Formats: sequence, C-alpha cells, structure tokens
Amino acid sequence: MSLVVRLRSAVCLLDRYPALAGADLDVERGDVLLLSGANGAGKTTLLRLLAGLVSLQSGTAEVLGHDLARDRRGARRELALLGHETACYDDLTARENLRFAVEAAGKPAADADAALERVGLARRADVRHGRLSAGQRRRLALAGALARQPRLLLLDEPHAGLDGEGRAVLDDAVRAAPMAGTTVIIASHELDRARALATREVEVVAGQCVARPAEWELARA
Amino acid sequence: MSFARESLLVAAKDLRIEARSRVTLYQVLPFGVVVLLLFAFALDPDRGQLSRVAPGLFWVAVLLAALLAVSRAFAIEIDNGARDGLRLSGLDPAAIFVGKAAAVAAELVVLELVLGVGVFLLYDVELRSAGLLVVAALAATVGVAATGTLYGVLVAGLRARETLAPVLVLPVVTPVMLGATRAWEAGLDGAPSEGWPWVALLGLFALLYGALGTLVFGPLLEET
Repeated sequence: MSLVVRLRSAVCLLDRYPALAGADLDVERGDVLLLSGANGAGKTTLLRLLAGLVSLQSGTAEVLGHDLARDRRGARRELALLGHETACYDDLTARENLRFAVEAAGKPAADADAALERVGLARRADVRHGRLSAGQRRRLALAGALARQPRLLLLDEPHAGLDGEGRAVLDDAVRAAPMAGTTVIIASHELDRARALATREVEVVAGQCVARPAEWELARA
Repeated sequence: MSFARESLLVAAKDLRIEARSRVTLYQVLPFGVVVLLLFAFALDPDRGQLSRVAPGLFWVAVLLAALLAVSRAFAIEIDNGARDGLRLSGLDPAAIFVGKAAAVAAELVVLELVLGVGVFLLYDVELRSAGLLVVAALAATVGVAATGTLYGVLVAGLRARETLAPVLVLPVVTPVMLGATRAWEAGLDGAPSEGWPWVALLGLFALLYGALGTLVFGPLLEET
C-alpha cells in the first residue's frame, strides 16, 4: 500500500476553535477521495493542512512522505491546491500569472500555454486577471494547479463558479489524474457530481474524518 | 532552479505588477517630490540653511516614500489569496525575500534619481564627490529595502499593517538615515574622505539586514 496522505490525531486550531479535532486519514496513491460534510465541519482546514498552509496543534501529518511538521516545502513542491481564491495577481495577464506559477515550480514556461489551452483560456491569455470573469478566473486557477503536474491535487469546492464547459474540463482532468499517478482529494457540497468522480468518500464531522462506504460506493461495488 | 533565478523570477513579477499598476509612478514618486517641495517652501527664506540640511531632507523624503513602496510590495500579495500561492509556489523563502527586496530597491533607485535631481534644482547644493553619493545611496537603498521587506512581511497579515509598518521600520532604519545623511553631507559640501566611514556603516547595515532577512523571512511568511 502506497500512502500519499497519513494523518493521525490531527488537531488544528483556528482562532482557538478546533477546526480539526483529532482527525485520522489515510489516502492511497491514485485515490480520488471525496471529502463531504456540512459547512464548518473542517473540510477546508483539512485541505489547507495537507497543503501546509495551517499548522498542526498536535498529532502527525505526512504528505507524499514528508512530515509536515518538519518539511512543508518538500510536500508543497509536489502538490497543488485549488482553493476558494485564485492566488493570482490582478495586474498580470492570465499567461503571466500562469508562467510565474509554472516557472516557480521548476517547469518550462511553455507548459503555461499548454495549460491555458487545456482549460479553454488560450484566447484570453493576454487579458489581465482583474479583467477576467469569475468563471474564467476559476479556470485560470485550475490551469495553474494542473500545470504544476502535482502528485497530489487538492480541490476545494472546485465546481463552484464554473460554467458547464469549465466543469467538463475539471471533471476530465480529475478522471485523467490517477492515470498520471496523481492522487486527488475533493472537498465539495455538489455530492452527485463529485461522487461521479470519486473512488471513495470520507465525511468530515466536527473536525474528524468518518469513512463511509456510502450507498453509491456499495452500489458501484 | 537556482537561488538567483528564483529571486529574479520574484523581482520580475513584482516589477511587472508595478509597471502595470503604476502605483510607484503615480503615488510614491509624487509623494517624495511633494515632501521635498514642502521642505523647500518651509525653509525658502534662508537658502543657505536649505543647502546645509539638503542631505537630511533628501533621505527623509526617500525613507517616507520607501514606506509606501514596501507597503505596496506586500499589498499585492493580499488580493485573491496570492500570499498562499507564493507559499505554495515551492520557491525558496530566502529567494522570495531577495526578489522582493530587489524590486523595492529598484523602485527606490528610480525615486532617488528623481529626488536627487530635485535636490540639485531646489536646494542649491554643490557637488564634491559624485562617486561617494552614488555608493552611499546604493548601500543605503539595499539597507532600506532589506529592512522594509523584512518588517513588511512581519506586519503583512495584520489589520493594522498600514500604521504599524512605519512605527516598526523607521526606528530601525535610523542608522541608515544617519549614515546616508553624513555621507551625502561629505559628498556635497564637506570633505569626501569623511564620508567613506559612513558608507562602511551603511554597507554593514545592508549586509546585516540582508543576512537576517534571508534567514527569518521564511518563518515570518509562514506564521504571520
């Protein structure tokens, strides 16, 4: 078994509130894991923890073999997070934003153009991020995540704000990910759509992970 | 990717954003010029006094304008969660520090060129050693940029960053203010040989804060 994520008794405090309260989670290589759960259950915090953006109060967290308490940077080099915000600069064009992300990840600048093509933004490549529509910005953020060719792809409400074409692009990327050796974790409230992509589901309840062989999983089996 | 290339990538990104937004051109630069003009108006009746205090006024104007440039360098990382993107980029935090400080320094050099011309036009000063002025200005610029970038990231995540940054940065850059003013006094109206020890102080300060920044910028970027 090749574990990409290994969490044990993970506790994260946000403003003294335990957003994660002793979460345990194992994710295997090639999994497409759906994180379901109510608002405020801790899904986003869990994804941000795996990306090394929030610190553990107690417990252990290993991502792609890197202990996050000691080597967040090592893990970050091999993962990508599509969060609620685009992490782009308004005054740079779509292409410039993407080139910066791609080159920072040590990839050739040409990968940025390929990623723009992939998400259908090639014709808007020279438009500044601040002048793109909300949906186009989401596509650009998705392109940034994909262009890094991560081993672990973290998607937080990835379908939000995307039109039909954008959603199709996203779904295709997620379906193709395991074949490229990429593990995907999706936090979503759009359960039907996300379940169509996922290989298993974990429900986050009050900061803890509860593995559920849900009806749809059993039916698929 | 090499450290130098990572630093260059960050500096180029910051400078490209500044070139597009023109905040430095339309806000920071005019602010510095206005400060110089205010001093000129305030001290106008006595032209002799104005030329004597010109180095100090020049560096006060530069430092005040530098605060805006530093503030801007971190403001661009707040919108759209760009700061998270920078943390996740995989770039060496020390390279991010050097890149951001280099971009601030480049903006300050432009600012100093414009304000320098302003000093010669408005303050009736004489030039004794251009080399001393240039070397002192470069060392001071590196020191201010390094210090500003270090404290800029420290307060970047705080709501009170706009007011807190000057309170923290200005006392720390007092040695720069002192050294640069003394060196410029020597280079303008005094004996140039008396200016070089001050340049050494400026170089030491720049080295110290440059080294400190490369060491602690990463933890500050993560935890603030």
